[in-house]
Amino acid sequence: MSNASISKGPRKPPITAVGPIAWVRANLFSGWLSTAVTLALGYLLIKSALSFVDWAFVNAIWSVPSNAQGPQTQSCRDLQGSGACWAVIGEKHRFMLFGTYPYEQHWRPALACVLFVALYVISAMRRFWRWELALIWVGMLTAIGVLMWGGVFGLSFVPQERWGGLPITLILATFGLAFAFPLSILVALGRRSSLPAIKVLCVLYVELIRGVPLISLLFMASVMFPLFLPEGVNIDKLLRAQIAFILFAGAYLAEVVRGGLQALPKGQYEAADAMGLSFWHKTGLIIMPQALRMVIPPLVNTFIGFFKDTSLVLIIGIFDLLTAGKTAIVEPAWQGFGVEVYVFIGSIYLVFCYAMSKYSRGLEAELNRHRHR
Amino acid sequence: MSASADLAHVASAAKADAPPAIELAGVNKWFGALHVLRDVNLSVVPGERVVVCGPSGSGKSTMIRCINRLEVHQEGRIAVEGIELTDDARALDAIRREVGMVFQSFNLFPHLTVLENCTLAPIWVRRMPKKDAEELAMELLARVKIPEQALKYPGQLSGGQQQRVAIARALCMRPKIMLFDEPTSALDPEMIKEVLDVMVELAGTGMTMMVVTHEMGFARQVADRVVFMDQGEVVEVGTPEQVFNAPKTDRLKLFLSQILRGH
Repeated sequence: MSNASISKGPRKPPITAVGPIAWVRANLFSGWLSTAVTLALGYLLIKSALSFVDWAFVNAIWSVPSNAQGPQTQSCRDLQGSGACWAVIGEKHRFMLFGTYPYEQHWRPALACVLFVALYVISAMRRFWRWELALIWVGMLTAIGVLMWGGVFGLSFVPQERWGGLPITLILATFGLAFAFPLSILVALGRRSSLPAIKVLCVLYVELIRGVPLISLLFMASVMFPLFLPEGVNIDKLLRAQIAFILFAGAYLAEVVRGGLQALPKGQYEAADAMGLSFWHKTGLIIMPQALRMVIPPLVNTFIGFFKDTSLVLIIGIFDLLTAGKTAIVEPAWQGFGVEVYVFIGSIYLVFCYAMSKYSRGLEAELNRHRHR
Repeated sequence: MSASADLAHVASAAKADAPPAIELAGVNKWFGALHVLRDVNLSVVPGERVVVCGPSGSGKSTMIRCINRLEVHQEGRIAVEGIELTDDARALDAIRREVGMVFQSFNLFPHLTVLENCTLAPIWVRRMPKKDAEELAMELLARVKIPEQALKYPGQLSGGQQQRVAIARALCMRPKIMLFDEPTSALDPEMIKEVLDVMVELAGTGMTMMVVTHEMGFARQVADRVVFMDQGEVVEVGTPEQVFNAPKTDRLKLFLSQILRGH
């Protein structure tokens, strides 16, 4: 340890230790085995990417001629699977997106979907996070209801049985999570309550709902529940499914929220108590803001899961996006083009789910800034 | 400093007709089958500074935590400012508004800035306008000598700074009584002094203080009385000179010899 070596000062790391070259060396070609695996996987990856491009673009047919008997799909069938028949999407996309909603009124569910997306975007921006946002939600959801049902402002009435496609999926997911989330917070608090009756009730609710499959709950809602109602009272099928959905999601989310409550140090409760904060102030200002921040990843995980689980309503005959897609290819001319339809519908789900996932990562980073020094 | 403070203290102690700031009479507490407080009797007059010491597990933290009911006692009577602690939530809220507490592990709210930590209770409990609360908070942050950290988050501060924020946060409620539960035990040695300095300054203002601590220097400097606890009992009570220089019981002698060896 001579004085000369101390006075040299910091040196840049060698070029082989940083930068893209170092990364490639460390992660892809660190030894003969890793080199072999890299090459083999690279070959498979490129080969499958190329055949997908062939199928989806090069050999694809984008439209088919039509005559008096309907669309002529023979050219698509001649491909024998070597290319995609995107004509089915062009021909059937209105049905997939809006189901059996009256064709000339399709602008209404389309506008409803746009309103939903606008609502998500507004709600996602932190500068709009104040109580007025609740008013915006009420206003937007009312507007969506008016658009879908009609019967006022010169809009023709469309019964719920004719709704279908993307609006159904968005309605189930939005109302479902918007009600299930506050419910889950109350249940999670209830499970930790010192009042035995509330605690037992919340435990029972969570265990009962979590213990049965969502499908059986949906069946209950659609078949059994009406039997219990007095004669003449009829609750709309979509609403019943919606309630089943809220209850189910609420139970799962409650356990996620409880995880966050559990992880919070006891000292936070004590400090709030010692200041004389009331229970609701303590919960709203100290406990929940911290607990929810901690559980953003599992929370969004559950949100995404339930967004996709809305497709289970197909078993009780509600026409959501996936059911509409399935039904679109029942017509003889389009039978056998399921892959194209499922790719189309899958990509719609993917867009929504990926947006949620991406947003949650940003939110997590932003809300947990205080943890970084 | 201490001469005038002592006079002030004597003057306030002389008001014998005023109710004691804190009164514990025949207090017993169990954790399950473990008897952690045994017939504790203690009365603190307004303006008095009491230091509680004793080996770990002696019940000193439990006792101080019973005073604002973070722990619930099972027998006996605890009254603060003449209000008895019962299951009555309203009485409890009234007491907690008047009693500030500083914890060993600071317990600052990590998701709020230093300033928000300080203004939270005045705004939501005292219903103080936000602007006034912020002025008050800045004044008290200046008093604990960290006004420049007001907009940082607790995680960005050192332990000593965090504990000083915790003291300012408690003072923002303008409490009549301050409880300190081992305020320097979680701190690195070089940060203990900055916290003790703030506490000494606070003692000089005539605040009623009850401090659980092992800092014997602090006890000698500011305490009117020292309470020695062991195994859930109050063993000796007296002035710092009596307790430290002329211990009467073997238990206290043993404790003092261990403390001195440790230092």
